[in-house]
Amino acid sequence: MNMELSRRAFLRSAGAGVAGTAIGAFGFGGIEAAHASSIRAFKLTTMVETRNTCPYCSVACGIITYSKGDLRKGEKAELVHIEGDVDHPTNRGTLCPKGAALLDFAKAETRLKYPMIRKPGSDKFERVSWDQALDRIARLMKDDRDQNFVAKNNDGVTVNRWTTTGFLAASATTNETAFVTYKVVRSAGMLVFDNQARV
Amino acid sequence: MAITTNPPVAPTPASYGDKDLLRRSASGPQHPDRQLTPVAKLIDVSKCIGCKACQSACLEWNNLREEVGVNTGVYENPHDLTPASWTLMRFTEWVNPETDNLEWLIRKDGCMHCADPGCLKACPAPGAIVQYTNGIVDFDRNHCIGCGYCVKGCPFNIPRISKVDHKAYKCSLCSDRVAVGQGPACAKACPTQAIVFGTKEEMKQHADKRIADLKSRGFKNAGLYDPPGVGGTHVMYVLHHNDKPSLYAGLPDNPRISPLVEAWKGMTKYAGLALIGLTAAAGFVHHLVAGPNKVTEHDEEEAARFAEGKATDGRVA
Amino acid sequence: MTNSWTDIQNTDLVVIMGGNAAEAHPCGFKWVTEAKANRGAKLIVVDPRFTRSASVADFYAPIRQGTDIAFLLGVIKYCIDNDKVQWDYVKAFTNASYLVKDGFSYSDGLFVGYDESKRDYNRSEWDYQIGPDGYALVDETLQNPRCVWNLLKQHVAQYTPEMVERICGTPKDKFLKVAQMISETSSPQKAMTSMYALGWTQHSKGSQNIRSMAMLQLILGNIGIRGGGMNALRGHSNIQGLTDVGLMSNLIPGYLTIPTEREVDFQTYMGSRGFKPLRPNQMSYWQNYGKFFVSFQKAMWGSAATKDNNWAFEYLPKLDVPAYDMLRAFELMHEGKMNGYVCQGFNPLQSMPNKAKLIRGLSKLKYLITMDPLETETSRFWEKHGEINDVDPKSIQTEVIQLPTTCFAEDEGALVNSGRWLQWHWPGATPPGEAKHDTWIMAQIHLRLKALYAKEGGAFPDPIANLHWPYKDQGEPHPVEIAKELNGYVLETVYDPADPTKVVLEKGKQVAGFGVLRDDGTTACGCWIYSGCYTEAGNMMARRDNTDRDNTGAHPNWAFSWPANRRILYNRASADLDGKAWDPSRKLIEWDGTRWSGYDVPDIAPTAKPREVGPFIMNPEGVSRLFTRGMMREGPFPVHYEPFEAPIANVIAPKIRGNPVARVFKNDMTQFGDATEFPYAATSYRLTEHFHFWTKHVWVNAVLQPEFFVEISEELAREKSIQPGGWVRVWSKRGSIKAKAVVTKRIRPLICDGKPVHVVGIPLHWGFTGAAKEGFGPNALTPFVGDANIETPEFKAFLVNIEPTTPPAVA
Repeated sequence: MNMELSRRAFLRSAGAGVAGTAIGAFGFGGIEAAHASSIRAFKLTTMVETRNTCPYCSVACGIITYSKGDLRKGEKAELVHIEGDVDHPTNRGTLCPKGAALLDFAKAETRLKYPMIRKPGSDKFERVSWDQALDRIARLMKDDRDQNFVAKNNDGVTVNRWTTTGFLAASATTNETAFVTYKVVRSAGMLVFDNQARV
Repeated sequence: MAITTNPPVAPTPASYGDKDLLRRSASGPQHPDRQLTPVAKLIDVSKCIGCKACQSACLEWNNLREEVGVNTGVYENPHDLTPASWTLMRFTEWVNPETDNLEWLIRKDGCMHCADPGCLKACPAPGAIVQYTNGIVDFDRNHCIGCGYCVKGCPFNIPRISKVDHKAYKCSLCSDRVAVGQGPACAKACPTQAIVFGTKEEMKQHADKRIADLKSRGFKNAGLYDPPGVGGTHVMYVLHHNDKPSLYAGLPDNPRISPLVEAWKGMTKYAGLALIGLTAAAGFVHHLVAGPNKVTEHDEEEAARFAEGKATDGRVA
Repeated sequence: MTNSWTDIQNTDLVVIMGGNAAEAHPCGFKWVTEAKANRGAKLIVVDPRFTRSASVADFYAPIRQGTDIAFLLGVIKYCIDNDKVQWDYVKAFTNASYLVKDGFSYSDGLFVGYDESKRDYNRSEWDYQIGPDGYALVDETLQNPRCVWNLLKQHVAQYTPEMVERICGTPKDKFLKVAQMISETSSPQKAMTSMYALGWTQHSKGSQNIRSMAMLQLILGNIGIRGGGMNALRGHSNIQGLTDVGLMSNLIPGYLTIPTEREVDFQTYMGSRGFKPLRPNQMSYWQNYGKFFVSFQKAMWGSAATKDNNWAFEYLPKLDVPAYDMLRAFELMHEGKMNGYVCQGFNPLQSMPNKAKLIRGLSKLKYLITMDPLETETSRFWEKHGEINDVDPKSIQTEVIQLPTTCFAEDEGALVNSGRWLQWHWPGATPPGEAKHDTWIMAQIHLRLKALYAKEGGAFPDPIANLHWPYKDQGEPHPVEIAKELNGYVLETVYDPADPTKVVLEKGKQVAGFGVLRDDGTTACGCWIYSGCYTEAGNMMARRDNTDRDNTGAHPNWAFSWPANRRILYNRASADLDGKAWDPSRKLIEWDGTRWSGYDVPDIAPTAKPREVGPFIMNPEGVSRLFTRGMMREGPFPVHYEPFEAPIANVIAPKIRGNPVARVFKNDMTQFGDATEFPYAATSYRLTEHFHFWTKHVWVNAVLQPEFFVEISEELAREKSIQPGGWVRVWSKRGSIKAKAVVTKRIRPLICDGKPVHVVGIPLHWGFTGAAKEGFGPNALTPFVGDANIETPEFKAFLVNIEPTTPPAVA
């Protein structure tokens, strides 16, 4: 373990704790309030910290999101900044060029905000309500399942499968999303089921 | 040396400020009543993988909105430093004639925070460029007049003038982060910790270890780039080929402050700083340059003659 | 990964081959630079391109894409010829001494039993000689000509350094230097780690690429030790988790498998899974299959899964083909045999091969549903974007429903990293607009389907109607509730048979680990390998104690690592036959005369005596396999096969095209190109500035690498008059794209079988949505064929042609 990474006072406690600051670490001596016109105010002051994991590759770097507003208090929370978590054993606060720009992912202009439907032959998406979208999905799926469900194969073996609708699962959703997805997909008898492990 | 704590969210006063100024552009001598421990960023080129995390973290932390460009057949993007890109990875493909092996030399470019800052010395606008006793050279856009003289004064060709607000921009060494005990955003992000930050003394010690490792791997000319021509720098490099810094996308082999700046320095000395107001300063600059960032070859030659002694332009075109 | 990212600091030699860790996993690569800086470790990179990983390597050797097996078998031969073998390890911990059936043989690129018409083998001869006691026969002296070791020696004999150079284009001296450096780690005091990724998997013989290195690592004694291992870097943040939880056509969570229709009933199904030991005393841990399976069925269907209905065995669909992987799904779509498709956080239009075929397939669907935080090309496949997506919306009759989901910053739960760490995270932001959690969306779909079946009836509604749905808010299961299901819990109080007053398991409690799961319906568990992640002690995945005693890199109290919080798999093999560490400085666990203990959770029963119980407890042999019986479709040893599109014929078996058992759909065979028409060897890959098709939406990353390009050598640029930064057209048998040209010294022509081979590199990050410039991707060009065992598409090796051109027309 070298000097960059060994001289670390790792936190032992759990949860989204805040470490003390390292003022004085560079031998500045005593802390004194000092205004300087060229130095910007530190922008994370009063932000709410939350521990998270980078959603990109599977190094799974620890990150801290900084937001205005506290979800735990029932407030709206707006992301202001994301930075590597120095307490994380793997990344030790570092981030790659993707991780360092995560804020712009969460706040990308092309984030989807509303359910949309594109009708057959149309050249555009049209906004619909969640109820409209979900009712339509359930209808389409049930009709297809009822028409194409195979209860027994030609040899009379019970196979209970549905292969005319498929499901592609993601690679960045949580285990918990994965298991709920698994339950819903398998209970419907679906076999055309895959994830992003290969690409 | 590594910053071992996450950034503070509790109100935290800045640990240094105006009373820690070592120099202030066009403002005469400063009299700081204490000496901060000099800080430095060390960029170990041999550990750098060219991932651009430093660029990304810099854009994000400083809220810079660089334009989405195009590919011109190289990995550099943007293609140069800009008012919104204060650091840039420069890539050089070099076949080492001694080994016949390809070496991909990747250097993070940006402000070197010279101990003897040419930009500050060239700057005619009082307080537009300041230097703290910890070594950080910072621009203050409130005082900047956009004359572009800092660009000419810089031996490393770093500052850039915005076409939008006509102010000069460059790396601040994240003075806002350092002021609350954090390292610069680039050093924090750097995945391989090729960029590290701490006191200048610690950085030199760390560099010694790195250089020993490189020498053990056959890089006999490995060394620390801390050029004396500008009084040393607060951004230093570990280079595998320290005998040839210019291999690394034209890093100056022997950077010196431009003769033009020496000329300006001589002029101010002659005229006396107190007598020169902002208008006069701007006028002087205008006399020498046709507009912001437009110093001609002729001006250079004139200035060289004007300056005392031999003047060598250490910049790389 | 067998090991973890932080363990890489313990290595002496890093071999990056089949991956580019510096580029794709920069923060994990940190541990390579740490090992170099602090242990004097060396880094070798073997790659067709001089990559970002190569830029900090101690030694770089070029290789033609798709020839890794020849290279690695060449290294194995070098180690055997030069006695660079960790003999004690090989003899005791591998099946080197096992005797193979007399009927097993190999010649001219094929093993015994090949049926060309089926593109498959009869694998019955690929097995051990079994004695009258039911155990495999062995010869511990390794003298018997039929023992695995002697067959292996014979098998690798043809991969001489000269043959490696001829096939791979790696100059002999560079190959020998790599082989020599690798072979030094046969010392018990030296460790080598293999870091690989899709550079090995995305081939028609990807599994065998990895197997070749795994065999080498076993011969060197580098599996199970600190700083060693086979380390799959894995691409996405939770692809390990999605696979663990079984979201594939043929999987049940925890690597149990979906029954096939040949397994006509529950008894037949179970009979083919609980493997009996092949040697005395071995754990053969899959003997517990029934406990994991029944507990899973109870988690799925609760009280509807009973002993009488074989734990609802018939609720599971039965496979009629080996798998309904994505390639098959798009084939079926293309054939008009599918009506609906749901893409959850996945953009197959950019990710799968042969884009023209994908568009035709999607256009034949009745409905497509997408769930994503971002715009995807898939959800807009019907939208015209100049030459880049040249479609006519009017002619496409697919109904598309696009659903907005939350992203990482707005949701809660666990992701599993490459090192099998389950790490919990918390939400810190309010979702934009009406974006919803995936858990909410899936629950809503299920509840609506269930209600429709209740109201209207329909095809076999039982598994839907009876799906165990124990959530407080039916419409939005909380991640904590689901995590507890995954961990497993007790359904009925269990008493000690010896002492009926003693409670073994108390009803309603979370289980502490998979050791207590039962096959009598008294326990439920969503994913047995995750047992221990959310126990009565709380959420182990949220643990944040990062202490690391003696800096081993284990961090045992940080989050939770499956299985059983074990950080290094096969760690029993870190100790010698008597249970002492091979290398005291690398101690992991040791036998103290009565128990195993140390820095890590032992990967063996804590009281299993050394010299009795082997370290590879999942295998019925108790040892690892240099010869893998009939478990892989191409054969028990790897063989060099060319990619389906290769610039030269297969030198060792000129008549064989590609992998002889890879599945090729009828119409795709005619879409393979050959070297006369497409002379250049292309490969596709990621760039460090981007992550797949997500970061083109991220302004900063669009700035850092704005526009699609291809990379070629200076030699090829001269030959084809291509200007740096100029436009080129690249085309294959399946499609044509335009890109900017990056002309570089980092790609050099290789000489293979006497002919120069030019490499064309094609990064994959662009499309027609997002902040970056619109651009093509390599998947318009790539062939529609996958690995023979797992169907990973052959994205890493195919043929193209190239010429200078003009910019593409935009919409």
